[in-house]
Amino acid sequence: MAKEVVIESLMKSGSFWFPEGATSITNRVDGLFYFILAGSIILFVGICATLVYFLYKYRRTEANPVATSNITHSTILELVWTIIPLILCLFIFWWGYKDYLSMSTPPGNALEIRVIGKKWLWQFEYPKEGVKTLGELVVPVNRPIRLVMGSEDVIHSFFLPNFRIKRDVLPNRYTRLWFEAERTGNFQIFCSEYCGDAHSAMLATLRVVTEAEYKEWLKGGSGASDEPLPELGKRLYTKNACNTCHSIDGSPSVGPTWKGMYGHNVSLVDGTSVLVDDAYIKESIEKPNAKVVKGFQPIMPAYAGVMREREILALIEYMKSL
Amino acid sequence: MSNQLENTVQHHVAHHFDTAEQEFTTAKLGMWIFLVQELLFFGALFVAFFVFKYLYPQMYIEAHHHLSWKMGALNTVFLITSSFTMVMGVRSAQTNQRRATMNYLFATMMLAFCFLVVKYFEYAEKFHHGFLPPHFFSGEGVHQSLPIFFGLYFVMTGLHGIHVLIGIGLIAWLMYRSSKGEFNSEFYTPVEMVGLYWHFVDLVWIFLFPLFYLVG
Amino acid sequence: MVHESHAASEGSYLTNPKGWKSWLFTVDHKRIGIMYLLFIVISFALGGFFALALRLQLLSPVKFLFTAKQYNQLFTLHGAIMVFLFIVPSIPASLGNFMLPLMLGAKDVAFPKLNLASFYIYVFGAIFCVFSMISGAADTGWTFYTPYSTTTDTSVISMTLGAFILGFSSILTGVNFIATIHKMRAKGMNWFRMPLFAWSLYATAIIQVLATPVLAITLLLLILERTMGVGIFDSKLGGDPVLFQHFFWFYSHPAVYIMILPAMGVMSELVTTFCRKNVFGYTTMAYSSIAIAIISFLVWGHHLFVSGQSDNAAAIFSILTFLVGIPSAIKVFNWLATMYGGSINLKTPFLYFLSFIVLFCVGGFTGIMLGALSLDVYFHGTYFVVAHFHYVMMGGTVMAFIGGLHYWWPKMFGKMYSEFWGRVACFFIFAGFNMVFFTQFILGAKGMPRRYFNYLDQFQSLHAFSTVGTWVLGLGFLIMAFYLIDSLINGPPAPANPWGGMTLEWQTQSPPIMHNFESAPVVDHDPYDYKRMDG
Repeated sequence: MAKEVVIESLMKSGSFWFPEGATSITNRVDGLFYFILAGSIILFVGICATLVYFLYKYRRTEANPVATSNITHSTILELVWTIIPLILCLFIFWWGYKDYLSMSTPPGNALEIRVIGKKWLWQFEYPKEGVKTLGELVVPVNRPIRLVMGSEDVIHSFFLPNFRIKRDVLPNRYTRLWFEAERTGNFQIFCSEYCGDAHSAMLATLRVVTEAEYKEWLKGGSGASDEPLPELGKRLYTKNACNTCHSIDGSPSVGPTWKGMYGHNVSLVDGTSVLVDDAYIKESIEKPNAKVVKGFQPIMPAYAGVMREREILALIEYMKSL
Repeated sequence: MSNQLENTVQHHVAHHFDTAEQEFTTAKLGMWIFLVQELLFFGALFVAFFVFKYLYPQMYIEAHHHLSWKMGALNTVFLITSSFTMVMGVRSAQTNQRRATMNYLFATMMLAFCFLVVKYFEYAEKFHHGFLPPHFFSGEGVHQSLPIFFGLYFVMTGLHGIHVLIGIGLIAWLMYRSSKGEFNSEFYTPVEMVGLYWHFVDLVWIFLFPLFYLVG
Repeated sequence: MVHESHAASEGSYLTNPKGWKSWLFTVDHKRIGIMYLLFIVISFALGGFFALALRLQLLSPVKFLFTAKQYNQLFTLHGAIMVFLFIVPSIPASLGNFMLPLMLGAKDVAFPKLNLASFYIYVFGAIFCVFSMISGAADTGWTFYTPYSTTTDTSVISMTLGAFILGFSSILTGVNFIATIHKMRAKGMNWFRMPLFAWSLYATAIIQVLATPVLAITLLLLILERTMGVGIFDSKLGGDPVLFQHFFWFYSHPAVYIMILPAMGVMSELVTTFCRKNVFGYTTMAYSSIAIAIISFLVWGHHLFVSGQSDNAAAIFSILTFLVGIPSAIKVFNWLATMYGGSINLKTPFLYFLSFIVLFCVGGFTGIMLGALSLDVYFHGTYFVVAHFHYVMMGGTVMAFIGGLHYWWPKMFGKMYSEFWGRVACFFIFAGFNMVFFTQFILGAKGMPRRYFNYLDQFQSLHAFSTVGTWVLGLGFLIMAFYLIDSLINGPPAPANPWGGMTLEWQTQSPPIMHNFESAPVVDHDPYDYKRMDG
């Protein structure tokens, strides 16, 4: 479990245009793209060839000082290039609509997972199993998954490129998304609705594993028990999206840097100061807005109930090592 | 009649028009297009009004008890009467009755003032009870979305009130020009244009009144 | 009538009357058009500068030149300035203002004072936008989506107030143009003897008048939401942030046609003049502009395919989106058909005509892809969308704007520019543009989301290539700035009709006299009746 999670590259996998699909519906979506692309290329080449031919044939010369044709219109011709694109467009509409419907209607037996988007991390909850994770969505292969999504602040958008799906995550209602992975692997999750400073760091990983691995993972939860604490902390630093706001190189970002913080006093917004020790770090993870460091906004989401005790200890150990 | 026409000012057709008629119809067309724009401006607010009426019908029923339909009705009477005096004002300008024009315009302006005075008392009452837009809302209510109603109420009646104020300014300008004898049966374009505007302002209120005060 | 006798000696509109006051208080549509042109070009330069800066940051996948917040402010300013200060007013307010009365054979627009008022409202709105820039620039993106825009601490109010005011400038210009086209046409010029540029401005004006007020009220509600709360976008009170998106796109999708319709009008003028031939399918061209204007009001929902609207709504918006594409396709085919049997004069404006055709086709085809529901779900919010609308807006509108500027430059300033440098600049702009934006199609298709400050390392080579493209593009515009300024100073004087155009603006001096024509023109033939002229 402690092994490094390598996310499949979007650029290197798949075709010239698309990343490798992880479900069969992507073939239909990509197919529509290639269909329109082919039609476009034929038309485009036709238009360009006509342009070039006309430019050469009818260029203004001594011999061709004025127009040789007086044609002002041709109803037949204009009808042709109204009706043919119209039919093509209606066909494309139908293709797109059909796939859209099947992409938005989940089968009844789907496994339900709750998704919460907040500035700037993704949290996943498995209501039946009582498991919560951050930045990592683990699902079994070949089983339909239904995501029920909500936001705690602004609008986000949950985007899975390898599955060609995306849905906005809204603060005032639940939106739904479903997919069924047909191969195992680690896939990229993006936030694709602009949500502020760390929008581009609001990433997560989708891990598609076998049914057996999934069961195993549910039992073990998200933390691996045998992994040394500082290494686990280092992994959690990116996995739990700490890195979107806290640097480890001493430069302040949205939140204070972790470098050289442990064991020192910091001033708080209320004018007092506090020693950064295990208790303060634990409190700041679980109830971050209780004591906010001076110069920063109280915007960190609370991690209470999301992180296990051992994971918090791991982060403390990691901070010590910086 | 004759003594009223003594010190009239001859209107000159602007340089880029060929005839006075072209100038008049152009102005009228421009005014109508402008009013279409105004319609869309308020239209979006009415859409928002209906969206929330559809979402929270209970909230609207609760909220309209906090508005006085009597005051609203009084204001409706003021504005409808003012539309009538405006029509008579335009009519008088067209028929060279300058004194009547002045009187009708003055009456229109006074009715507009009455409207604003009533509106003042209504607003004061809302302030007193804290029925204000969400940031300042402190009224007692049951429905959690009640502040939205008052947000919409103040935005819509407030924008309408601003239009009434602008109308008063325009009528004052008409009276000034009329007193200099600029309007007569040959040239009454500004009177007619302001008249159109005033009817529009009236019309908006005709929609606002039942929607806000009488919804239940 | 008295004017006619000494009209010839009165000098052009540029020099008569003299003095800076005569410019600031002018009601002459030509001078107002020139003042608009100046501000629009400055806005374009400013927006372009921000684009260069943000592309520079994207050379690196991690923090490099700017902080995340600065980057977000840069793309917001780039978008807001380009949309509200540059592209919406670009062709109508500058070229349209100057040319419309000339093309109709009128002395001025219907309401000259209102025209000047529109200009000053524009300047006033621009001041607020600039103020936002220097007082903690907005970081919401030009779309101002709630609830981000109601909660961020940057100067959103100033920027939206600016856009609100600019909206009124646009509305009043629209009112003016509609009245002008209805009432100010020369004797004998019936509706179907009107140049197509006038038709396109008419269609544009309809949208300006009908859609802009909705944007105005939406932005006003946003401002009020931030100051006193209205609640309708506030989810905590039961409001709906997505309602903002519906309101916003109810304007902003038709606004796309405010941007492209005048460009199409310019294209029709270019093709007929430089092919010396009647435009093919005049009536279809005129009606298709109006059709676009009408359908454009019914497609706003295609910006919300992934926002959780119902499947039925999505289907309706998708099908209408395809329908609005058809009139545009007709136009492209009709322009091509106009070239058939013509006598093509391959001058700089016509090079921009060709660039438009090529780039607009790419924009149109990718528009078809985005209109298809299943593909839009994938492409929404990625660089694919960014590339698509730049192909339409920049590849379309900006090309037509530059083409139109070169076409009417001799008429506006009475000077010719260097044909050689004109072609060189066009080459750089065309090549640079494709480097920047075609690359972004690939990025988007590979899944790269837009408005990303940092990105995955794997995207770096494509991003870097795109950034290099902006330098080529910038160089093209730099060359253009040099030779156009040079032409104002050293350019040879322009004849009244350098390209052999048939529309009325070519029937008066270059530059025109103050009241446009020495005697009121009378029209007794179709606008592009070259057969009649050439025998």
